[in-house]
Amino acid sequence: MKIVVLIKQVPDTYGERKLTSEGLVDRDASDAIIDEISERALEVALQRKDSDKATEVVVLSMGPAEAKDALRKALSMGADAAFHVLDDALVASDIGWTATTLAAAIRHIGDVDLVIAGDATTDGRGGVVPAMIAEHLGLSHLAAVDGLEIGAAVSGSQATESGSRTVHAPLPAIVSITESADEARFPNFKGIMTAKRKPLTVVSLADLGVDPSFPELARSVIVSTAERPPREGGRKVVDEGNAAAELVEFLASQRLISAGSAKGV
Amino acid sequence: MTTPALSRRDLEFLLYEWLDIESLTQRERFAEHSRETFDAVLELSAEIATKHFATHNKAGDQTEPYMDEEGRVVLIPEIGAALQVLAEAGLVAASFDEELGGMQLPITVARACMTWLQAANAATSSYPLLAFANANLLAAHGTPEQVAEWAVPVIEGRYFGTMALSEPDAGSSLGDLTTTGHPQEDGTYRLTGTKMWISGGDHELGENIVHLVLARTPDAPAGVKGLSLFIVPKWLHDADGAPAERNDVTLAGLNHKMGNRGTTNTLLNFGEGRFTPGGKAGAVGYLLGERHQGLTYMFHMMNEARIGVGALATALGYAGYRQAVDYAKVRRQGRALGEKDPATPPIAIIGHADVRRMLLEQKAYVEGALALVLYSSKLVDEERTATDDAERRDATLLLDILTPITKSWPSQWGLRANDLAIQVHGGYGYTRDFDVEQFYRDNRLNPIHEGSHGVQGLDLLGRKVTMHGGAALELLLGRMLATVERAASVGGDAAEQGRMLRASVERIRETTQRLWGQGDPALALANSSVYLEAVGHVVVAWLWLEQRLAAGEKEGDFYEGKRRAASFFFGWELPKTNAQFDLLDSLDRTTLDMQPAWF
Ligand SMILES: Cc1cc2nc3c(=O)[nH]c(=O)nc-3n(C[C@H](O)[C@H](O)[C@H](O)COP(=O)(O)OP(=O)(O)OC[C@H]3O[C@@H](n4cnc5c(N)ncnc54)[C@H](O)[C@@H]3O)c2cc1C
Repeated sequence: MKIVVLIKQVPDTYGERKLTSEGLVDRDASDAIIDEISERALEVALQRKDSDKATEVVVLSMGPAEAKDALRKALSMGADAAFHVLDDALVASDIGWTATTLAAAIRHIGDVDLVIAGDATTDGRGGVVPAMIAEHLGLSHLAAVDGLEIGAAVSGSQATESGSRTVHAPLPAIVSITESADEARFPNFKGIMTAKRKPLTVVSLADLGVDPSFPELARSVIVSTAERPPREGGRKVVDEGNAAAELVEFLASQRLISAGSAKGV
Repeated sequence: MTTPALSRRDLEFLLYEWLDIESLTQRERFAEHSRETFDAVLELSAEIATKHFATHNKAGDQTEPYMDEEGRVVLIPEIGAALQVLAEAGLVAASFDEELGGMQLPITVARACMTWLQAANAATSSYPLLAFANANLLAAHGTPEQVAEWAVPVIEGRYFGTMALSEPDAGSSLGDLTTTGHPQEDGTYRLTGTKMWISGGDHELGENIVHLVLARTPDAPAGVKGLSLFIVPKWLHDADGAPAERNDVTLAGLNHKMGNRGTTNTLLNFGEGRFTPGGKAGAVGYLLGERHQGLTYMFHMMNEARIGVGALATALGYAGYRQAVDYAKVRRQGRALGEKDPATPPIAIIGHADVRRMLLEQKAYVEGALALVLYSSKLVDEERTATDDAERRDATLLLDILTPITKSWPSQWGLRANDLAIQVHGGYGYTRDFDVEQFYRDNRLNPIHEGSHGVQGLDLLGRKVTMHGGAALELLLGRMLATVERAASVGGDAAEQGRMLRASVERIRETTQRLWGQGDPALALANSSVYLEAVGHVVVAWLWLEQRLAAGEKEGDFYEGKRRAASFFFGWELPKTNAQFDLLDSLDRTTLDMQPAWF
């Protein structure tokens, strides 16, 4: 079975995350790391590989030159091969361009049984790239799955408003996993040394047969950006005998509890 | 999210932009490595440090190890879990030879990796660091059988190790050790005696503990020349090499320390008769190398061990500095000078010049100390992999003279940085709700152990400066002057700093001649701690100039920060040494003449 895992390199959540004047992620402002959700997606694939040695895990990333570090790390954790889509024309891609490109890369890799991705990245938080890739490639798609089981088909559960439901899909498929997936393993030293010998293929849009002008594909552009306003002072509730009622009123006003459930107090 | 304890950016700058660590990959020993493998292990260490070490730093401090009813040491479980992760990652083994299961990682990179762990959790990091030092010594001087039996399991992370030198009545003065190894007919020894302060001396973290014990044989000459080194395992092996029988090493008590509480610190009795291996009392020990060479072997590893202490002190200073910077950016208090309107919101305290002074001091100390630790570590790599004798000799000489400074300077100024980090936090820094008071307590150990501050002063002035007719000192001063030349060709502030450094180099030369030229060693050495501190400051000024040159005119906040810190060190710190050199030049007798009755 061949599994492709989508990897994104993002700014470390510790650092100050900034945008450039063009509204792009300022990559100099903080350390770049593999998105934690991508690592978890990789962990799901690697666990499958642990139990079935015939599994081939390929990691795929679209990003600037530094993204190769994220791919190398994935290789040292245990992935077998890496693909890096690197092309100047991709600077300032939106979700549509990204999904088109990744779909073309998956087609290029070929014979893929399963694509695993995180449900949403920590920087973009779009959460729709997997669904768009499914559409491009005609794959079945399970979004935001907990407890993914991989066999002749894929299955798991999805949280709903009121509970959860079990879902399954035939292969080939693309699945996005959630933060409930296991935390990723660390690479070990042996893995780091062997990663150097694993293939990391760099491909351009031309290699993938994608027209860099993305004809007939609308693209969102950033018109302006604004800094998040500074946090305002909170509200203090002083207990003068009616603090409970005040708290309930506050929580209800923020819609953190429904007014109905507040009635009993 | 918590503040990372070190800065990846600074490490990258020091390792690649300044020390050009990548050039080591041209050496045969490191041929399999590349920038990529270095980056990967550094990132791995940072991650393990952040996710598994920093997370229980406070818990390990608050819940001290204790002995249960059966006399076993109980530690918080997070320590064992973190060490398990570390063993699986293979980091302890990293710099060992491939035959021993290692990866031949340069010591400089391994040091940077370990510094991450030290910064995140000083106490927990002691276990792998002691294990490393122990296996290193065994691998260097053991027979192949001893290495396979006792070092390899330590390298693999299954066993732990200690260095058992100190005794209740003999700490700085190892010549007075009394623990004795009695030879047996089968070639083994039985040890009797008491060792004090032994870090990691007992716990249940691994399958076994390998003590390396400094002791004398009954026939040995008095003093340090009579010391031998013994391998004394907690559990003796059966014929298959598995831990089987309890050796006669008992835990007599745990010391209750000011800091580093997660590291057990023990009073160990050897041969008290609680256990009777092979039917009789006495701790079974195996001689390592030759008899009476124990201290020589220890000294062999001393440079690395002392750099390790400097690294620990640096790491703790660094961790405090980073928290102080973050705190100063969010704590709002007071208004800018000249802002009279009380209705304006208070500013972040980093807006106050005096707070920035405290942060600058910390930056200058901890980044200077890190540069010193990595520079010395690179000398270890150069010594180890030199291709010609001249290079090896130079590396050895420089390492010998820099070691007392690399141990003591960070221990003194890293601690001062922690003091300032508390100050930046104000009253909050004095509470246990923040980490900075713990960093201070943890760091207070470093001027004491592994040769106290005073002992380092004696070592530098009494031995290192005079050895080989002063060759090491001349070599060091020559390196400094070479930097001065480079700075002169750059011009501007760097050249000005170079001129100041040249003057300091002259002062070191003159003062050293004056101290040793007057004929009385007791007078020369009376103020050796002052000498140590003055020379230490000049060395770090030199390394700041090196950093200044490596930063060049590159743009960005990071490089601007380096340039400003260099000029701070030259403007505020280096001039302090003039008073110290003046005092030394005056051949001041105050401390010599002071009588016990006058206190
Ligand atoms: C937390 C901790 C962990 C330790 N871990 C270990 C370990 O794992 N293994 C181990 O073997 N030891 C260990 N030690 C022991 C440590 O190395 C000793 O404490 C240290 O060597 C100092 O010895 P001492 O405590 O006996 O002090 P002393 O030797 O009594 O020194 C007291 C003071 O006198 C000064 N002094 C002593 N002699 C001279 C001199 N000749 N000239 C000038 N001044 C002098 C010293 O500088 C010091 O200020 C540890 C100590 C501590 C506190």
